[in-house]
Order: sequence, then structure tokens, then C-alpha cells
Amino acid sequence: MNGDPGSEKVEDIEIRLLLEAIYSQYHYDFRSYAMASIKRRLRQAREHLGFPTFSAMQESLLRDPALLPRLLGYLTVQVSEMFRDPSYFRALREKVVPHLRTYPSLKVWVAGCSTGEELYSLAILFREEGLEERTIFYATDINQDALHAAEAGIFGVDRIPLFTENHRKSGGKSSLSDYYQAAYGRVAFDKTLRRNVVFSDHSLVTDAVFGEMQLISCRNVMIYFDRALQDRALGLFRDSLARKGFLGLGAKESLRFSKHADAFADFVREERIYQRRFE
Amino acid sequence: MSAPRAEAVVIGASAGALEALSAILPALPARFPLPVMVVVHIPPDRRSLLAELFQAKCRVIVMEAEDKEPISPGTVYFAPADYHLLIEHDRTLSLSSDEPVLFSRPSIDVLFESAADAYGDALVAIVLTGANDDGAKGMRAVVEAGGRALVQTPESAFASAMPRAAIDLCPVARVMPLAAIAAYLLEV
Repeated sequence: MNGDPGSEKVEDIEIRLLLEAIYSQYHYDFRSYAMASIKRRLRQAREHLGFPTFSAMQESLLRDPALLPRLLGYLTVQVSEMFRDPSYFRALREKVVPHLRTYPSLKVWVAGCSTGEELYSLAILFREEGLEERTIFYATDINQDALHAAEAGIFGVDRIPLFTENHRKSGGKSSLSDYYQAAYGRVAFDKTLRRNVVFSDHSLVTDAVFGEMQLISCRNVMIYFDRALQDRALGLFRDSLARKGFLGLGAKESLRFSKHADAFADFVREERIYQRRFE
Repeated sequence: MSAPRAEAVVIGASAGALEALSAILPALPARFPLPVMVVVHIPPDRRSLLAELFQAKCRVIVMEAEDKEPISPGTVYFAPADYHLLIEHDRTLSLSSDEPVLFSRPSIDVLFESAADAYGDALVAIVLTGANDDGAKGMRAVVEAGGRALVQTPESAFASAMPRAAIDLCPVARVMPLAAIAAYLLEV
């Protein structure tokens, strides 16, 4: 794309250089993100942060580290829901949990956990299924602010009706209200839910394998990656899964276009739950 | 006509979409030379049946878009419920869970803006019936990139707000009834 001089639009050149600058100076690597979405987010950030051009934004960013977290807020924070796509959690509960019960100890990796909605969903599901005591959850993200929010486990009370409805549809065996306390327009989730959770800064782009997981859930994270980076992340998941471990993706994500497709078998096809092939 | 060869079609529709699309998509021949990407506003909690519904009526291939899918000619791709659909420069589809735009996910503006970016002047963008103003900004981006803009005649639309908003923002858009839009695509 940047082969012939003059063939690339000025804005595209600026974005490429900006991402290069962010990587060189701060080691956050967005260079292989799917360009259409990141461009949209960057344009939004540029407007809101008040820069006339990406070049101007780059200059400030290189000299002012305080600008970085503000920009990362635009580039990485995903607003999710608890039990988003209830049928996915129902499939975990009904089809994956019976296999997980056969292990004396379990490791679960929520990759790209953002502000924790998926993590708390899984923690509640595991408690309901009596697996919580033998499980260690690893919740990782590249955004420190998001990780802190996940660790705090506080959500707006306005989101609770949706979370509650999702939880019910997922086959929840308890009431979601058993797990939080409400005050001042917010709810705080029970801290015992994070008793077995390790929160950690980890990048699917630049960091290495996490060991021997029985389940990796990574939903709507890789849609932001280009195909080469998706392959890297999927390679990481392949190498991080125990034999016959499970991988859960977002409802519209698929391994079909990946070079690692052969390493996984469909487990619950319509829910995008895969199983590491036995080799 | 001196317009450059079109490489892709994008369509946005909201209230009344089913009927409007039924006047256009089934008219496309099996060997339609272009891909067609469609955003219809649908509630987030519902599995979209649009692709199945139209596959039964159409000669072109109709499917729900998947992330990273290479774009093929003669194929209609519907944005899935609760995801934005975007076009990459390398002619693949991308999905995103970014916030709704104008309360909509999928958003017509998001599709149109990314398609304008990827296809430039080789794009045909069509705004059909709808009750909000999604698609207007996206259509302006298409026009600014040199692409062609078609809008359903507001009077003939089930809901006229969306076509009107698009015309207001893009006065150069050609305004025509559904039958003429279908005929235009056969010539494109």
C-alpha cells in the first residue's frame, strides 16, 4: 500500500506514522489493527481532543505522555454487556461445563477483558455450576484503566436490567441480584467473585503464551485485528490451550479465514466454541 | 456516461426496508458483476433473518457478513444485528462492536464512510426508506470521494425522513423510484 509514492492518501500516511510513533515511544502496537475501525476511532479522538491533523496529534503525543491514556480510551475501550449473547453462555453451561467438571483444577483466560463484563459473567456461571473453587481466572487487557475498572467491578445501575435479562436467558441458576449491591446509581459486584481472578496487563500483539488453559474466551476482540494479527493471536491461543481445551469467540468471528483453522475443531458451531484438536 | 467503472454497491435502509429491498435485490442477475453490502436497522437482540429471506428470493448469493471475509462479486452481504459492517482497503469485510452511531448498530454512515474510503469513485451508494437520518453523512463522504449517490424518491418511500436527510446533505444525489434504482444497477 505504501509502495508507490503518491499512491497513499495524506491522511493514511499520517495515520500510519502516528501508529508507528505510538509504538516506538510507548510500545502500544496498533499497527496491525483492522484499518477501517481504527481510522474511525482515531478521527473521533482527533476531533474530541481538538487537533486539526493527525500530524499535530502525533507531535503532542510524542512529547506529552499524559495524552496517551486519553487516546487509548478511544482506541481500546470496548463497552460490552454481562452475558452478551446469552446463547453463548448457555452453550458453555450445557456443553462445555460437563467436560470441565472432569478436571481437578481449571484455568480460564478472558483475553481482552476490557471493563470486566465477560469476566464477571463467567465467574458467576462457574459459581452456579460449582466450579469456582477449583478455577483460576486470568483476565488480561492492554488498557490499564479498563483493567482497574474490571478489578473494581462497578457498573451503572441503568445497565442492570439488560444484564439481568441476559443472565436469565443464559440459563442462570440464581438471581443476578445475589451478586451485587446497589448504591448511588451504581452497583458493585461481590468481591468474592474475584477471589480467584488474576488481573494482568497482556497484549495479544506483542506478548507471549499464557500456559495450559482449559478455556479461553476472547469475544469481539480479534475483529479489531487485521488478518495477520488475528493469526498471531490464534496461534497464541492454540499454544496456550491444554489438550482438548476450549476456545470461545464472538458471535460473528470465525476461524474460517485463519491459517490456524486446522488446530481447532468445531465444538458448538453456531456459538463459535471450538476445541483444541488432539495431536 | 463518463463515470468510472463501479466496483461495489452499498445500500442503507431502515423502516420499510424489506419491501424496498424486495424491489431491488431479486432483480439482480446471477452474474451481477459487483458485490452489494447492505445495512438494515434491526434490533440488536434479534438474530437477523434477512440473509435467509432474501437468498430464497434472489439469483445472486445472499449471506450475512463475517469478519475478515474476502468480498466477492455477485454477492449480497447483510450486516449482522448488533455489529457495524466496514470495508477494508484490501477488499475484505470487517465487523466492529463500537458504540452505536445515531442509536444504530449496524450504522449506514459507518458502512458508507468506510466504503467511500476503500472504493473512492468506484462506489455506488443507495439510501432507501427510513425514519431517521442515518446514511446522510455517509452518503456525503461517498460523494466527496467521487462516488455515485442514489436516493429513493421520498414520496415513494414507506418512511421519507432518511431519503430526505440524504438529499439535504447531498444535493447532487440522483433521486429515483425503486424500479429506476433497480434498472440503474443493471446498467452499472
